[in-house]
Amino acid sequence: MSVIPETSGSAYVGGHDSAPATQRQSLQRLLDSFLLIVVLVVIWQLVYWKSEVAITGPIETVKTAIELLGSETFWRHALASGRAFGLSLLMSSIGGVAVGLALGAHRFSGAVAAPILTALYTIPKVTLYPLVLLIFGLGISAKVAFGVMHGIIPVVIFTMDAVRNINPVLIKTARVLKLSPSETAYRILIPAVMPEIVTGLRVGFSLTLLGVIIGEMFASQQGLGFMIINGMNVHNVRSLTAVVLLLVFFAVVSGSVLLALERRLQR
Amino acid sequence: MNQVTLVRLCVIAGSVLAVEALCRFGVINRLTLLPPSEMAAYLVHLLVSGEINQAIVQTFSNVAIAFVLSVVFGFVLGAVIHAMPRLRRACDPFLASYYSVPIFVFYPLFVSLFGLNRWPLIMIGFLFAITAMVIATLNGLDRVPPVLVKFARVHRMSRSAEILRVVLPAAGPYLFTGVKLALAYSFIGVLAGEFILSGGGLGYAIAYAYDAFDNRTMYALMLFVLIVVTAINSALFIWEQRLLRRRGKV
Repeated sequence: MSVIPETSGSAYVGGHDSAPATQRQSLQRLLDSFLLIVVLVVIWQLVYWKSEVAITGPIETVKTAIELLGSETFWRHALASGRAFGLSLLMSSIGGVAVGLALGAHRFSGAVAAPILTALYTIPKVTLYPLVLLIFGLGISAKVAFGVMHGIIPVVIFTMDAVRNINPVLIKTARVLKLSPSETAYRILIPAVMPEIVTGLRVGFSLTLLGVIIGEMFASQQGLGFMIINGMNVHNVRSLTAVVLLLVFFAVVSGSVLLALERRLQR
Repeated sequence: MNQVTLVRLCVIAGSVLAVEALCRFGVINRLTLLPPSEMAAYLVHLLVSGEINQAIVQTFSNVAIAFVLSVVFGFVLGAVIHAMPRLRRACDPFLASYYSVPIFVFYPLFVSLFGLNRWPLIMIGFLFAITAMVIATLNGLDRVPPVLVKFARVHRMSRSAEILRVVLPAAGPYLFTGVKLALAYSFIGVLAGEFILSGGGLGYAIAYAYDAFDNRTMYALMLFVLIVVTAINSALFIWEQRLLRRRGKV
């Protein structure tokens, strides 16, 4: 029994065709992405005309974003976020893969844990924020804890499922070839579960980022989350919109890179 | 009840008891965490006194609206994107990184678009949930076996009969996943929006209790949210298992 159908909904696997693209196809893809971005920008502009008090237009926002990229304050905040994000990502990846491997290898524990994990995945973790603050206090540890809370569970679930769904023939083959346990792990198990783990890590990446940013919105005087909530509180719409744009840009670029990596592994 | 379920219940009960013991013996400070039994007792008190009824109704009706809208529009959008491979490829990176964007930063924008009423919160829940439904629809439509579609063609089924009798049942389990996630994300979006920004509902009540150092109310409400969400999820999980069993997949 697999828990994939319960949880992989937020794991976007993408289209099927992974045949190497010809030059013309990749040109067309570039054009399509460009058109989509144009459409999104047009919608943005329309929304801006409808409510000029709450958002800045695309051109002005890009200008502000470029200004921000040249300012020292922004980099101080970005660095604070980056540090918290890096730490959380490291903890949720390593911890998630380790726990997932263990639960996957031990079938009974996996079966016991699966619905509990799904439940943990779906509870609104924002409401637990006061608890995290009371335990960790204000500052970077609370941010990291919040990031890990969001990010670790999808990594665990994907890793566990990958191990549970390994083709038994592979393991039998390893036994027939009399591979040692470490060789089995290194040559058979890890390559077999890698694509799924990368999917888990990609989902973990997104949610860890979300967790850290939300964490900064409540519990910090530093970081991009703080810049956002501060922009909302003092009604600094220009900086608010620009920070969100930069955040989206970062998320989409890293998402695409991880997606490309995943497809290469699945081939 | 089989062994797995039994052990699972023991694990859950054991963790609750462990927290209870740690609190009772003073290992965990009362300022940090209350014993679960006290949370539950106070929650019962809150529910009986009716103090939080209005917040409950407000939050749940917002979640319900966001959930229904996201399932309907998510399915339609997913079907449209699935029908257009070029659009789909262009959407890939956005779908893949959607969940790292904290949607509720757009709350002020929605307030200026929709006014200061319930719709900005519903929009946050809706936008949080719709992508899960779109992704699940895409996954589901991808996995409809081509042979089934060919079979429908061979039998000269009409387009609508093909969709109703072949495509939807084949994609069913994945669509169900989408529905479950859409519900969870509607909850997360609405509660997070209330928690951070709005002036009403359960999320707001938790944040308010936290600011007022009212740990009893805060933990009782947190417990309430956890119980409700977990109960709904478990009910859906059991229903899904039953559906899958009927199809002979488990």
